Amino acid sequence: MSFSRSPTDSAAVSIRGLVKRFGDVVAVNGLELEVPGRVCYGLLGPNGAGKSTTMRILTGQAIADSGDASVLGFRLPAESKLARARMGICPQESNLDVDLCVRDVLEVFARLYRVPAGERSAAVDRALALAGLQSRARDKAVKLSGGMQRRLLIARALIHQPELVLLDEPTVGLDPQVRQELWSLIVALRESGTTVLMSTHYIEEAERLADRVAIMSGGRVVAEGTPVELIRRFAGREVVDVHASMAQIRDLRARASADGLVTRPSGPALTFLHAEDADGRVPSGARRAATLEDVFVRLTGDYVE
Amino acid sequence: MNPDRSTAGGIELPALSAVWVREWIVFRYFWQTRTFAAIVEPVIMLLAFGFGFGKLVSHVEGIPYIQFVGTGVVATTVLFSATFAAMFDSLYKRRYQRVYDAMLAAPVDVSEIVTGESLFLGVRAGVYGTAPLVVAFFFGLPPEPAMLLVPFVGALTGVGMAALGMLFGTLSETFDGLSYVVSGVLTPLFLLAGTFFPLNRMPHWLRVVAWFNPLYHCVELVRNCAFGLHPLADLVHVGALVVFALVVWRLAVWRTAARLID
Repeated sequence: MSFSRSPTDSAAVSIRGLVKRFGDVVAVNGLELEVPGRVCYGLLGPNGAGKSTTMRILTGQAIADSGDASVLGFRLPAESKLARARMGICPQESNLDVDLCVRDVLEVFARLYRVPAGERSAAVDRALALAGLQSRARDKAVKLSGGMQRRLLIARALIHQPELVLLDEPTVGLDPQVRQELWSLIVALRESGTTVLMSTHYIEEAERLADRVAIMSGGRVVAEGTPVELIRRFAGREVVDVHASMAQIRDLRARASADGLVTRPSGPALTFLHAEDADGRVPSGARRAATLEDVFVRLTGDYVE
Repeated sequence: MNPDRSTAGGIELPALSAVWVREWIVFRYFWQTRTFAAIVEPVIMLLAFGFGFGKLVSHVEGIPYIQFVGTGVVATTVLFSATFAAMFDSLYKRRYQRVYDAMLAAPVDVSEIVTGESLFLGVRAGVYGTAPLVVAFFFGLPPEPAMLLVPFVGALTGVGMAALGMLFGTLSETFDGLSYVVSGVLTPLFLLAGTFFPLNRMPHWLRVVAWFNPLYHCVELVRNCAFGLHPLADLVHVGALVVFALVVWRLAVWRTAARLID
């Protein structure tokens, strides 16, 4: 098998009618997705929306029951190995060789990703620098903090300078400071021309980093576009948060629905979307700019963390 | 199941060598404990049986008992260092550390992981397998040129026994669950190999069963290397080990893929 085939100009990821079942559970249900090259693409959805399963299908670790998927122009699953040689993945849960030192973790994956012998040492050094772990190169991975382990996971995924990187919930469970660091790293990646496909259920993450976002729910994409487009289309320019008791919220919601107004639950409040178009009919409350969170909750019917 | 990721075909050398090197790098961290466990236990067994039973039985089939056991325990070493390691390590890497998941995201397939790891553990078993022989030298086992074949016998047996360990590693989701395999399969294999007593006095049916035990063929080959080759019989033993390794390796690839690829 040759890895020298030149990449096609097609989309980085192309998915048509993808279905994946686990017994009675339909994890991916007719997914359609087109990720253009050289962008940061956010796959946003609540837990259980099918994001991780989609990621596993893209790496050939899950086989779809039906539908078509291709990565960097290689058809899955037949050409999965060729695709994997050109992509890197940072999984949601750490699967580091924790007994090995940081340098050896990277060394092993430089070989698995077939970095030529003459370039291997430089690739490991580059990955160490990227993860900011030069001074910890000889420490066992198990000794690293959670944030450092995540950086090592990302550096490991980048050891062969892939064209496409899959980041599955890259900042889940990390403290805000570490999240900021990882966000800078993701921005730098995209600026270097790498395509980033990132799944997340943190809306802020998608809003800040992603050029385009697909919102997933129930195993399919329910909306797709740039964050600004999505906000305009599904939440408008302004929204109004009306704080009230649970009983009042139920009441407000029923009336809004009868009135043709779009709302979304917002914890102890009800948020009226597209408020700029509904002046006079929206009860008084706190007016603010619409966000991707408004879109997300409206479309997935889910509360956010 | 995806044929592309589960079939034994399409094994590529760069992937295989990467899996091999990963095993080597990991081994460098743990070689002391692994080597101690793999060598000391069979040697203790050799000494215990050799001295213990040796007091009651001076010769078996014309061979001093401690030399009879010393040659037989080579197979025990292979069982411990290949099968047990493969079984527990593969379960650990699959279920707990999830290293296989990480490896499969790279251009490496299940068949390459199973093949690379079985080969590594097989070769290691071949090296460890010489330890009981060396000990037996001190108890008067005369060195023979054919003994140079023993590491190869150990490695050939070891590859199949490692693949068997990986196959068993797919049967359970917990270490505890492997107890069934240890007690129900590996202990009988260990005892019914002709290591501590010759099988030719056993009932016919037991000898038939033993013929399906790769460790029996290993013991026979090692003894023939030490006490005189029987070319035709030895070729049959080698053939049996090759067939065993191929069949078990294929099954291990199949079951491991079923566990790792959704």
